[in-house]
Amino acid sequence: MNEDIKTFTISIYTENNIGLLNRISAIFQRRHINIESLTTSQSEIEGVNRFVIVVNITESQARKIIGQFEKQVEVIRAYYHKDEDTIYTESCMFKIKSALLFEEPQIQNIIKESNARIVTVNKEFFVLEKSGRRNEIESLRRDLNVFGIMQFVRAGRIAVTKDEMKITEMLLAFNNQ
Amino acid sequence: MNTETIKKTQEVADKTERITGSEAIIRCLIAEGVDILYGYPGGAIMPVYDELYKYQDKIHHVLTRHEQGATHAAQGYARISGKVGVAMATSGPGATNLITGIADAQIDSTPMVCITGQVFSNLLGSDAFQETDIVGISTPVTKWNHQVTKASEIPEVIAKAFYIARSGRPGPVLIDITKDAQVSEFDFQYRKCTGIRSYVPVPKTNPESVKAAADLINAAKKPLIVWGQGVILGKAENELKAIVEKVGIPAAWTILGASALPTTHPLNVGMVGMHGNYAPNKLTNECDVLIAIGMRFDDRVTGKLDTYAKQAKIIHFDIDPAEIDKNVKTDVAVLGDSKDSLAKLLPLLNEKSHDSWLQEFKDLYKIEFEKVIKNDISPTKEGLTMGEVLKQINIETKGNAAIVSDVGQHQMIACRYADFNITKSNITSGGLGTMGFALPAAIGAKMAAPEREVVAIIGDGGYQMTIQELGTIFQQKAAVKIVVLNNEFLGMVRQWQQLFFDKRYASTEMTNPNFVAIAEGYYIKARKVTKREELADAVKEMIASKDSYFLEVCVEKEDNVFPMIPAGASVSDIRLS
Repeated sequence: MNEDIKTFTISIYTENNIGLLNRISAIFQRRHINIESLTTSQSEIEGVNRFVIVVNITESQARKIIGQFEKQVEVIRAYYHKDEDTIYTESCMFKIKSALLFEEPQIQNIIKESNARIVTVNKEFFVLEKSGRRNEIESLRRDLNVFGIMQFVRAGRIAVTKDEMKITEMLLAFNNQ
Repeated sequence: MNTETIKKTQEVADKTERITGSEAIIRCLIAEGVDILYGYPGGAIMPVYDELYKYQDKIHHVLTRHEQGATHAAQGYARISGKVGVAMATSGPGATNLITGIADAQIDSTPMVCITGQVFSNLLGSDAFQETDIVGISTPVTKWNHQVTKASEIPEVIAKAFYIARSGRPGPVLIDITKDAQVSEFDFQYRKCTGIRSYVPVPKTNPESVKAAADLINAAKKPLIVWGQGVILGKAENELKAIVEKVGIPAAWTILGASALPTTHPLNVGMVGMHGNYAPNKLTNECDVLIAIGMRFDDRVTGKLDTYAKQAKIIHFDIDPAEIDKNVKTDVAVLGDSKDSLAKLLPLLNEKSHDSWLQEFKDLYKIEFEKVIKNDISPTKEGLTMGEVLKQINIETKGNAAIVSDVGQHQMIACRYADFNITKSNITSGGLGTMGFALPAAIGAKMAAPEREVVAIIGDGGYQMTIQELGTIFQQKAAVKIVVLNNEFLGMVRQWQQLFFDKRYASTEMTNPNFVAIAEGYYIKARKVTKREELADAVKEMIASKDSYFLEVCVEKEDNVFPMIPAGASVSDIRLS
């Protein structure tokens, strides 16, 4: 049973409680699973948080850890999805010397072609923001690196799934019990 | 969308009272039916102890001699009674000393609520005296935990704690309460928790899965039941017995499942696992349908997974969806409460008997009896065996005692040879294998069921890990019977060293103190047996005693426990010598 390791996006709907992140990350740590990225935010439902976690594991590992997440009292539901079952994106920011905009005219073309957005410009630096797939972000980083990047930061993947989650129905059902 | 996050019992109008957080804690415990709790006071929990003093006619606090002892006593209380055990400790070292017991309760699904004091909330994170992040530390070993920093949160959090600890697959919960929350006043009202929206304690049983399970069982020629503690936790003993008898299925048990069906039942074919019985282990790899009920296919049960029951269709009854396909791939999974799902299964089963299949178990039992059991329980050569001590205890207690064992060789012998007529009678540390468990757990068991005979069976190693609880036994006048099977070795490790490490006995030999003198130092009646002819009389005297009693039996130093499935071997490669 040598299953392939694939990229999975794990979505966990939870109550908004202190300590839950610790509980969730412990489940990965204990199984020696490295978290590629982790994002947590409010979900479509008031008071309900959503974790979006990217990991490279086998599908049977994914199935088992979903069971472990759902076992946690404050986890409402957990799911795993393959890339093709989600719409996903990442975003990043670059801080670059403003002088380069005039000294290196190609930079303006790179910005235009990459669909990056200038967030702010001042005398010393300007800030670029770019959303997209990892490879697009990486290629922009490579292109800009030639001229020098003062700071670079990339956020974790955010994703929505193609299929329905039905969390609202679950919570309403609890109310009507 | 606005939904409730938890459900509570009906509000009682006009019934709030202005009280402190610490009084609220005690009032909440009383409202949850707690009559005994185990603990140890200290700075950050003192306001709660002050209230315990005021409420001592309603709730009995047992001062153990170490916080670990408090958790194991709470576990013993929970395991024999089915109720939630409660342990309490102060912040810092008091709290960290609870961790072993909490981890034990987590892996053995024991309902327990632990309450710890914590430094003032304005000092959190400042490395204050006796401050430790107990919520962080206990997270991986609790079913749920929470820190309370406001008195007004106490009733709801404690209500949730008890609900979570006892519902579904039970487990330990830790509540950490800052000192300011304990001393400030608020308007108190207690409402029990009846539901949490993010938590499904008992998954719905799919009737089709029950039907599929029944079809497989009805068609089976060689069915085998392996049941675990889920039968006991789900109070499904009668349902299990009815199924076993209706279909004539041989039924074996895991260490924590022991006593759910009497050991004398003709279809009880013994224990599975590393030191279990020969027949059920061997025949796990011969059965055509394996019916696992409330057990989790622990590695000590399955041996090498690649060769475990590969020929069989596997049916798995469990309350915890995360257990399905975790270790063994199942053909039919029946989720739900064991009592409920077995009750649904029973009418779908055909009456049957499996005589020739059962005969295979009897034949293998004969082999095990000749090669192992006979020599264990009725030895002829010099040197006392652990098995003959157990046999004597069976004779004197008529199989009606609760046996509390520790961890190691004596534990395996106790589980193999103790007679159990009554359910919830085998109290032992299964999943975690916690040496030091038995002595404090026996205290909790005896206090929860004073009418029961409670016999703790402990090795000389584990005994010395929590030996200070003799003080608790003395102070509480808990009539626990303590049997130390002394082989002057950490016997199980020594056995492995003999079999797998060329007899290099690294740090397993023990130079022991005068155990009788120690027990007598705590004013506990004590006796030491070194010869076979003294044994029967000593056990008789011990069981006849109305008070606690300590019996040391000096057993053969280098005996081994067999049968044995070597670690990583297949269940069918079980060794008899």
